[in-house]
Amino acid sequence: MTNRIRVLAAATFAIIGVGATATIAQDLPAPVQARQGQFQIMALNVGILGGMARGNAEYDATAAQTAADNLVAISMLDQSFHWPEGTDNMALDGTRALPAIWENLPDVVEKWGAFGAAAEGLAAVAGTGLEPMQAALGPLGATCGSCHDAYRAPQ
Amino acid sequence: MRRLIVIALVLGLATLAAGLIATRPSFVHGTELAGLTGDAGAGEAVFWAAGCASCHAAEGATDAARLVLAGGQRFASDFGTFVAPNISTDPVHGIGDWTLAQFVTALQNGISPEGRHYYPAFPYTAYRLAERQDLADLWAFWQTLPASDTPSLPHEVGFPFSIRRAVGAWNLLNLSDEFVVAGDLTEQQARGRYLSEALAHCAECHTPRDALGGLDRSAWMTGAPNPSGSGTIPALTPDRLRWSEADIAAYLNDGFTPDFDSAGGHMVSVIRNMAMLPEADRLAIAAYLKALPSDE
Ligand code: HEC
Ligand code: HEC
Ligand code: HEC
Repeated sequence: MTNRIRVLAAATFAIIGVGATATIAQDLPAPVQARQGQFQIMALNVGILGGMARGNAEYDATAAQTAADNLVAISMLDQSFHWPEGTDNMALDGTRALPAIWENLPDVVEKWGAFGAAAEGLAAVAGTGLEPMQAALGPLGATCGSCHDAYRAPQ
Repeated sequence: MRRLIVIALVLGLATLAAGLIATRPSFVHGTELAGLTGDAGAGEAVFWAAGCASCHAAEGATDAARLVLAGGQRFASDFGTFVAPNISTDPVHGIGDWTLAQFVTALQNGISPEGRHYYPAFPYTAYRLAERQDLADLWAFWQTLPASDTPSLPHEVGFPFSIRRAVGAWNLLNLSDEFVVAGDLTEQQARGRYLSEALAHCAECHTPRDALGGLDRSAWMTGAPNPSGSGTIPALTPDRLRWSEADIAAYLNDGFTPDFDSAGGHMVSVIRNMAMLPEADRLAIAAYLKALPSDE
C-alpha cells in the first residue's frame, strides 16, 4: 500500500512550470495557495489529536479516528499540481518552500511517503485509546519536522 | 619627525604587546578541578541540554546515531564556512586522549590543548557560564560514547578570519562571565536561564549579531536573520512570542506550535534535545522566556 503511494507520488511530484514571476503574497499562484491549504488541513487534524495527547481536551475515540483517517486521506492526494517549478521562496514572496525541494525531489517524495506511513500507523490505533494514540502521534510529528527541517524556511 | 616615528613605533609595539598578553590563551588547570567527580547519568542530561549532538553528530542523524560525534556538519556564516570536527572518543581523530582540564578549557575558554583559539561557531561563549560540576558530569558521560575514526575536515575560512589569534581580541569583546538576564528571578526562572544561556545557547540563533559577529546583548532573543539562508529566526521575547508557558514547554517536547504547525529548520534538532530533558526543565525554560526584557 505505502509502496504504491510512494511510486505514484514519485511519478506525479512532476515539475510543471507556471512561469511565475515575483508576486506579492495576496495573489499567490493557485498551486501555492492549494498546498498551503493542504498543510493547514493537516495541522487542523493533527491539532484534534494533539489537543487530546497534551491533555488539553478529553480523549474522544471517534474524533481521534476521524482526524487520523483524514490525515491518511491527505497523504494519498496526488501532489503533482501543488509544486510547479518557480514557486520557491526565492521566486515568490509568501511561500516558505525552499528551492532545495526541486533539487531533491526523490527525497521530498520519500519524506511525504514517510508522513503517509506514519499517518496509517496512527489511524490503526487512534480509536483504540489515548495511550496508543499518543505513542503513534510522536512518530507522525517527526515526519512533519524532518521535512520542515530540510525544505521549509523559517517565517 | 624621526622622533615622532619612534614614539609611534614604541606606542604601536606596546599596544601590540598588550594585545598579545590580553589575548594569550588561558588554560584551566587540573588542580582547579581536583575536587570534582563526574557522574555519567547526570552528564547525559547536560549533553542533551547543551546540544552537542546538534552540531557534532552527522547531518540529519536521529536516535542512536546522535551519539556518534563524528563531525562533518557545515555552518555558514558571514566569515566563511565552519565544519564541525570529530569529537568522539577516538584517540586519534576525536578527543579520546584529552584530560578533563583540556575539555573544560575548550568549552569555557575556547582554547585547544595546543593553545589555539577556537572560532566562536563553537558556542564556548555560552558554555563559559556552565557549572564545572556539570562539565565533569558531561565528561564522565563522554567516556560512555562510541569512537568514530572519521577524520575532521578543515574550515573554509578566508583571510583575515583564518588568523585564529584574532579570535583572542574578539573574545575580549564577547566573552562574558555574567548572565544577560539579570535582576530578581524565581528559582524556576533562574534554572531556565541557566539552561537557556549557559547550556542550550538559544541566543546563538535567536539574537541578532553585530558587525563582528558578536551577539547583540541589548537585543537579546529579539529574533535574527537566518544565517543559513532565507527567512527570519523568530523573536522569543514575551511581547512577540505570546504562547502560554505550557504551550512553549509542549513545543519544546513534541515540536508542535499552539496551532499544531510543526517546527522546522534548526529548531527541529533543538527540540530533539529538549525532548530528552525532564518536563520541569522545559517549563523552567518557558518561565525564563517570559522573564525576558521586551523589545520595544
Ligand atoms: C514532504 C514535506 C512535508 C511534510 C511531510 C510536511 N510538510 Fe508542512 N510544509 C512543507 C512545506 C514545503 C511547506 C511550505 C509551503 C509553502 O509555504 O509554500 C509547509 C508548510 C506547512 C504549514 C504552513 C502552511 C501555510 O499556511 O503557509 C503547516 C501548518 C504545515 N506545513 C504543517 C504540517 C504538518 C502538521 C505536517 C505533518 C502532519 C507537515 N506539515 C508535513 C513540507 C512538508
Ligand atoms: C540552531 C539554531 C536554534 C537554536 C540553538 C534555538 N532555536 Fe528556536 N528556533 C530556531 C528556528 C530556525 C526557528 C523557526 C522554526 C520554524 O521554522 O518552524 C525557531 C523557533 C523557535 C520557537 C517558535 C517561535 C515561533 O514564534 O514560532 C521557539 C519557542 C523557540 N525556537 C525556542 C527556542 C529555545 C527555548 C531555544 C533554546 C533552548 C532555542 N529555540 C534554540 C532556531 C534555533
Ligand atoms: C553550534 C554548533 C556547536 C555546538 C552546539 C557544539 N559545538 Fe563543539 N565545535 C563546533 C565547531 C564549529 C568547532 C570547531 C571550532 C574550531 O575549529 O575553531 C567545535 C569544536 C569543538 C571541540 C574542539 C575539538 C578539537 O579537535 O579541537 C570540542 C572539544 C567540542 N567542540 C566539544 C563540544 C561539546 C562538548 C559540545 C556540547 C557541550 C559542543 N562542542 C557543542 C560547533 C559546535
